[in-house]
Amino acid sequence: MVKRLFAQAYLWVLLLLLYSPILIIIIYSFTEAKVLGNWSGFSTHLYTSLFKNSVHHSLMNALINTVTIALIAATVSTLLGSIAAIGIFNLKARAYKAISFVNSIPILNGDIITGISLFLLFVSLGVSQGYVTVVLAHITFCTPYVVLSVLPRLKQMNPNIYEAALDLGATPLQALRKVIVPEILPGMISGFMLALTLSIDDFAVTVFTIGNEGLETLSTYIYADARKGGLTPELRPLSSIIFVVVLALLMVINYRAGRTKKK
Amino acid sequence: MKRLILFLSSRKSWTLPYILFSAVFVVIPLLLIAVYAFTDDNGHLTFANFEKFFEHPEAINTFVYSIGIAIITTVVCIALGYPAAWILSNSKLNRSRAMIVLFILPMWVNILVRTLATVALFDFCSIPLGEGALIFGMVYNFIPFMIYPIYNTLQKMDQSYIEAAQDLGANPVQVFLRVVFPLSMPGVMSGVMMVFMPTISTFAIAELLTMNNIKLFGTTIQENINNSMWNYGVALSLIMLLLIAATSLFNTDDKDNSNEGGGLW
Repeated sequence: MVKRLFAQAYLWVLLLLLYSPILIIIIYSFTEAKVLGNWSGFSTHLYTSLFKNSVHHSLMNALINTVTIALIAATVSTLLGSIAAIGIFNLKARAYKAISFVNSIPILNGDIITGISLFLLFVSLGVSQGYVTVVLAHITFCTPYVVLSVLPRLKQMNPNIYEAALDLGATPLQALRKVIVPEILPGMISGFMLALTLSIDDFAVTVFTIGNEGLETLSTYIYADARKGGLTPELRPLSSIIFVVVLALLMVINYRAGRTKKK
Repeated sequence: MKRLILFLSSRKSWTLPYILFSAVFVVIPLLLIAVYAFTDDNGHLTFANFEKFFEHPEAINTFVYSIGIAIITTVVCIALGYPAAWILSNSKLNRSRAMIVLFILPMWVNILVRTLATVALFDFCSIPLGEGALIFGMVYNFIPFMIYPIYNTLQKMDQSYIEAAQDLGANPVQVFLRVVFPLSMPGVMSGVMMVFMPTISTFAIAELLTMNNIKLFGTTIQENINNSMWNYGVALSLIMLLLIAATSLFNTDDKDNSNEGGGLW
């Protein structure tokens, strides 16, 4: 009992430490002061000004770019990765190993190497950098994670079901749609969510592939802001909102997952 | 021809789009890194970029210093994260499955915003923005990446090994040191990969945490690329690539357990 209390206390202290920066953002989103850390009385001014489109046009643009890039990149990499995973799963050991190795490269490399290598690619090909190159770059580092989330589902699947579907007269495409896809769907969903997270949070790869034609995502916007010395105050309410929404979403997902497990 | 048709209609051929994609966006770019690292501005073959690195104590110092900071960060992450992962995976000590989600959630706030908030926190507690702040900031940012893989391996671990060890007379310390810890090594290793390399290579974060006082290797690379010294910057990133290759050699053993991302949801 004492041990349990002690263990729980440890977890909560660690969580408190982890969350203290986020708490600071949330607390200071309710004040008007320009500099994070100054308190000039309670106010919801920042929240209202965040949604006045005219005032923070560039911030909203950056947010929209971030979200659309993440949605496109996550969708494409989920499709590409799932199809690839089905193919990889059917390969012989040697080819399987070779492709798994290539697949793990973007994961191990780290953002900066991926970013620089793609930067060199686009420069060498003479492609002008912008929205499309950022999306392609994000697909590059997201797809491996999708492959890795779908493969275990395929391994768990009973291979006979697919054969049975074929024997019973299904075409390979029908068998894919009615047998394989439902089996790997949870893996595809977790791969999609992971890709979405990675893409939204990415900074290093984006910086190297975004070019200099004025396109901004949240990360590059914040970086430029921070270099100028001060963070746009409206970022505080924006981050707080994102955080609370994600927290709520995760709670719901977790609650539902917990319920289905009990059944 | 017949074999080609046979291949195209088999499910193996489904790898083709991805193979093409990886060739263009993963393999060729890496080759380009090698090409740029060994050429000069005019495209002539040269070792000058590497000579420059070895002749400049500043760059080497940054490199060694970054490795040092990364080692300390990784050790602190293991020291703080392992007990947390162990408690989280132990049903006697922690009944709520949702707790692990709480440890992953901070990753959803943009890393730069989080870093700036950490700076504000340090300011608030009047902690000087130096080496200590840098390491703590890195630990803040990367500890979820250490806790999660360790938690995963601990959770998948076959409990009967522990029971067997107990039956054979091991005390709790022995059980931990000789059974639990060795079995959780794959998780620790992938945690190390997720913390060690990013600490060296992440730029911007170190700048923000120390108000530009301390530079890590990632910043050096980025500055060179930004100042159009592409070849030198790329040579530096090739050096880092070799370091990554060296560290990942330690991590090749079990392809099946580690690295399987997803799972978060």
